[in-house]
Amino acid sequence: MSMLSRRTSPLWLAALVHRLSGLALAAFLPFHFLALGLAISGEARLEGFLRWADQPLVKLSEGLLVGLLAVHMLGGLRLLALENLAWREGQTRFALLAVAAAMVVVFVFLASVF
Amino acid sequence: MAGTLEVSLWRGGADGRYVGYEVPMRDSQTVLDVVTWVQRNADATLSYRFACRVGMCGSCAMTVNGRPRWTCRTHVSKVASDGKLKVGPLENLPVIKDLAADMRPFFEKWQQAQGRFAPSKTRTDPIERISPDSPARLAANAAIECINCGVCYAACDTVRWNPDYLGPAALNRAWTLVNDVRDAANVERLTAVAADSGCHACHSHQSCQEHCPVALNPTASIAGLKRKTAQAYLRGEIKP
Ligand code: HEM
Ligand code: SF4
Ligand code: SF4
Ligand code: FES
Repeated sequence: MSMLSRRTSPLWLAALVHRLSGLALAAFLPFHFLALGLAISGEARLEGFLRWADQPLVKLSEGLLVGLLAVHMLGGLRLLALENLAWREGQTRFALLAVAAAMVVVFVFLASVF
Repeated sequence: MAGTLEVSLWRGGADGRYVGYEVPMRDSQTVLDVVTWVQRNADATLSYRFACRVGMCGSCAMTVNGRPRWTCRTHVSKVASDGKLKVGPLENLPVIKDLAADMRPFFEKWQQAQGRFAPSKTRTDPIERISPDSPARLAANAAIECINCGVCYAACDTVRWNPDYLGPAALNRAWTLVNDVRDAANVERLTAVAADSGCHACHSHQSCQEHCPVALNPTASIAGLKRKTAQAYLRGEIKP
């Protein structure tokens, strides 16, 4: 019965997920470029990096990152469609679909790297 | 229905606190009935606002167990958890005293969003014929039944974060006028709603739609304004 009581609706949570995933992506982006930078700065370093990236924990975090990007992109496309196309009912369902699709993407990604 | 409700009501101004009351339960009792019972039987100095008691005037909105609601049409049986009821003034607005929020910022933003009709004709002109099934009229009709209760404004987190944000009700009203072919002030209106803290500040959370007691959809109206202002800008009709 606090200020949380009206902040448990699926669409409110969708907005929360969208914001947190956006911020997390922004925080991880420098590391992504660092990795790319290493990859083009020489074969030896790339070798080292690839060995590093072969560890299970690293692969899992990559899976998390892919999931963040997928859930943020699909959620963002839902918002862009909502705001720019004719109104459609059932936004809760679309938001849940976005989360489900992101989970499938993560699963496929993990299955392909492990 | 016998029994007692444990009611806590906000008392005082911004620095007030919740005070407990015991109120007899009744059949088909509304939250407004409970507040009125306290004012008549426990403390006559309790301040709150209502007028019509039937969901027409929009003056009775309060925060009930954490959610903004119209109290005259909210049944206690639907919202009390374990016979407990916590009622405060609407959020996102200054408190005057007890359960009465200061609605001035809310109504000032209606004016800021040019939420008033600007006639394009005089009384000597023939009455304009408007087809009830024209797309513009259908869009206006879908948004027109707002009772100015402020529930959506209290539910909107964008208002909470940005006190200058015009808010769902004012923008919803502007949208009805944008779709009124008789209105003469749409360049000014689109300019006003496209400014900082206008329609483009909305994040489409749909909290306004979820809480609106008369089931309006301000999110859709604001999305309409986003498109309309963008088009007007691209056509050079309004300036950034
Ligand atoms: C992949 C395609 C992407 C799409 C379709 C997309 C879409 C969107 C949309 C529509 C919004 C506005 C949401 C709102 O109004 O609340 C947004 C916000 C945001 N995006 Fe993205 N985005 C994408 C990629 C990214 C990436 C790669 C990052 C990280 C650098 C990112 C970071 C953010 C952040 C921090 C916000 C602000 C969140 C908020 O205000 O709640 N986005 N995105
Ligand atoms: S859709 Fe826009 S106006 Fe409605 S609650 Fe969300 S931010 Fe506020
Ligand atoms: S849009 Fe709905 S919730 Fe908002 S002021 Fe109008 S009637 Fe109340
Ligand atoms: S008293 Fe008029 S809407 Fe509740």
